[in-house]
Amino acid sequence: MNGQTLVHSPVGGKLMTGPFKVLLAVAGIGAIVALYRFFLGIGAVSSLNDGYPWGIWIAFDVVVGTAIGCGGYAVALLVYILNRGKYHPLVRPAVLTSLLGYGFAVLAVTIDLGRFWSLWKVTIFFWRWTHSPQLEVALCVAAYNLVLLVELSPALFEKWRSSPSTSLRAWSERGLRFVDRGLVWILALGILLPTMHQSSLGTMMLLPGPRMHPLWFTPWLPFLFLWNSIVIGYAVVVLEASFSAAVFGRRRETAMLTSLSRVAAWVALCWVAFRLVEVAVAGKLPLVASATGIAFLAEVLLAAAGAAILLSQERRAQPMWQVRAAILLLLAGALFRVNSYMVAFSPGPQWSYFPALPELLITFGIVAFEVVLYIVAVKTLPILGGAAPAAAQR
Amino acid sequence: MSLNRRSLLKVIATGGVAATASSSTAAAAPEHRVAPAGAMGMLYDTTLCIGCKTCVVACKQANDRQPDPGPWGSEKLYDAPMDLNADTKNIIKLYHEGDVRSYFKAQCMHCVDPACSSACMLGSLHKDEVTGVVGYNPDYCVGCRYCQVACPFNVPKFEFSKAVPKIVKCELCRHRVKEAATVVDGFTRYPRGQGPACCEVCPRQAVIYGKRDELLAEAKRRIAENPGRYCQDRIYGETEAGGTQVLYLSHVPFEKLGLPEFGDRPVSEVAYRVQDGIYWRLPFVAPVALYSVLAAVMIRNRRAEAGMSEKEATQ
Repeated sequence: MNGQTLVHSPVGGKLMTGPFKVLLAVAGIGAIVALYRFFLGIGAVSSLNDGYPWGIWIAFDVVVGTAIGCGGYAVALLVYILNRGKYHPLVRPAVLTSLLGYGFAVLAVTIDLGRFWSLWKVTIFFWRWTHSPQLEVALCVAAYNLVLLVELSPALFEKWRSSPSTSLRAWSERGLRFVDRGLVWILALGILLPTMHQSSLGTMMLLPGPRMHPLWFTPWLPFLFLWNSIVIGYAVVVLEASFSAAVFGRRRETAMLTSLSRVAAWVALCWVAFRLVEVAVAGKLPLVASATGIAFLAEVLLAAAGAAILLSQERRAQPMWQVRAAILLLLAGALFRVNSYMVAFSPGPQWSYFPALPELLITFGIVAFEVVLYIVAVKTLPILGGAAPAAAQR
Repeated sequence: MSLNRRSLLKVIATGGVAATASSSTAAAAPEHRVAPAGAMGMLYDTTLCIGCKTCVVACKQANDRQPDPGPWGSEKLYDAPMDLNADTKNIIKLYHEGDVRSYFKAQCMHCVDPACSSACMLGSLHKDEVTGVVGYNPDYCVGCRYCQVACPFNVPKFEFSKAVPKIVKCELCRHRVKEAATVVDGFTRYPRGQGPACCEVCPRQAVIYGKRDELLAEAKRRIAENPGRYCQDRIYGETEAGGTQVLYLSHVPFEKLGLPEFGDRPVSEVAYRVQDGIYWRLPFVAPVALYSVLAAVMIRNRRAEAGMSEKEATQ
């Protein structure tokens, strides 16, 4: 199986299923709360404060959200750089998850930014650009969203290719040719940009310096973030493929996911080893025996457990263990990120933060809306590979 | 093929690691920023302050800040802020432990190398090239609050309760300055009503303003004249965290007052070294190089794949 023979097809079927309506309702509640926030301020819906100016909106929605959007990056590394063409069927669904992950991270940022209406200036006013690592993240994420759109555009063009309108057909043929010709340059950007901003997400938390817990304060933090985004990327691809197989009745590419799981295991193991060695070499091991040390241990042990499962050849071949391990790796990766942005950050004993209910509702709404769009996309666009067009279900 | 893949992977991996490593292991720490020649600042002396809080009131008036009833809530009888907040750019606190007491005035330290402006994407928080005052311009602020995360002194505050919020912090009353400064009694002074309000109203001159150099000289004079009066005979801010333009003399240890020991380097140094090492020391070279390598590898892979499928077709 390689790229040339690969066929994508829409899943089809009814959109308004029961679970879909529930997701819509959760998204709707989030939207209403978000509206409230835009009129009454961030303080009205969140427990963010002057000590903890960043909460789950940043740590989870953005920092973990973009990592969940790293499936496209992690698979592209395998397929296009390491030339493992066999993983090609995973690319398009992974790119869709990436676009959703990054798109919704931008939406979450817009809700979190106090003065979101000025955000456009960041991309235009280059003469005012500073050396802030956050500027690097902002520009790269904006650019990467465009790259992902281009990477995914063939799905739309392929749909329009069979449309009754002649001009739309001609237009989409031209679009397909254009994307195909520039593919290398676009795909290279699609790897360069996440490499840059996923590491910069780590650099960002070096700036608070003495307010960071030493277990997370290391010049290697950018590297740890970058590597961690790849671990999360593989975990998400396995979960996404399993989810599609279970929910949409597509043939599960178990053999492919087995070999991907082996890659994920080693990538995760390397991350764990690097994390431990860095802490040990810097003489920070005694700090592990503390309350905050538990958070460190949790992220390391979860990742090690996920990797251990996948290192066993027998377990790795079973879909159930693949999913379990992927969940562990995803949790480990997400925990490392949340730890870096919230647990490791300490503004002083007089400050505390725990997300407020409306704040959580907005986050739930964003996640629900993300899943809604995923379902709509795979049902109406040629995203998933494998099975023949599901015309019969219509 | 596999040999190529491996070697290419190695090139990419070592390239990435080298970029990170070269920045993190730069042995000789570069010299950090120094205060501009015209740096303005304040000198606060705990031994002179009587805790009258006139400065807090004057600051609110000079900066159009609303009263903050603090824990007294809706009684509308008090202006009793508990700490720096979106309506309070300057506050007097009291440290007391046994018989030892000391007032403490908190506001922006106007760092020589401010972490807040290092965090700011479009330079909304900007250190003035002449006076060194860290000012705020809301026009370029997106409200991300990274400055709040970055500031080691927990100074910038955010209007969480407003739909159109701003960052609030002491800007050394730079909006009041209209005429050129003159020198009075060895201190650089703006005309009456144009300097920092807190310094102008202080009845004991516990906090004074002037050029940073003049204030440092004055602080050293006080230390020399009063042996044993000041803790460690030290001026907090002379070198702390890379130096600040607001300076402190204290009779109690500084960390008791909420002025931590940060060492003599700017707190943002590690972040700076990493970010500048990767992106700015050789501007954009690392990303462009990585991009070229990635594209080259992909073109090569594509060609190889085309060759392979031809072979498959003929078999």
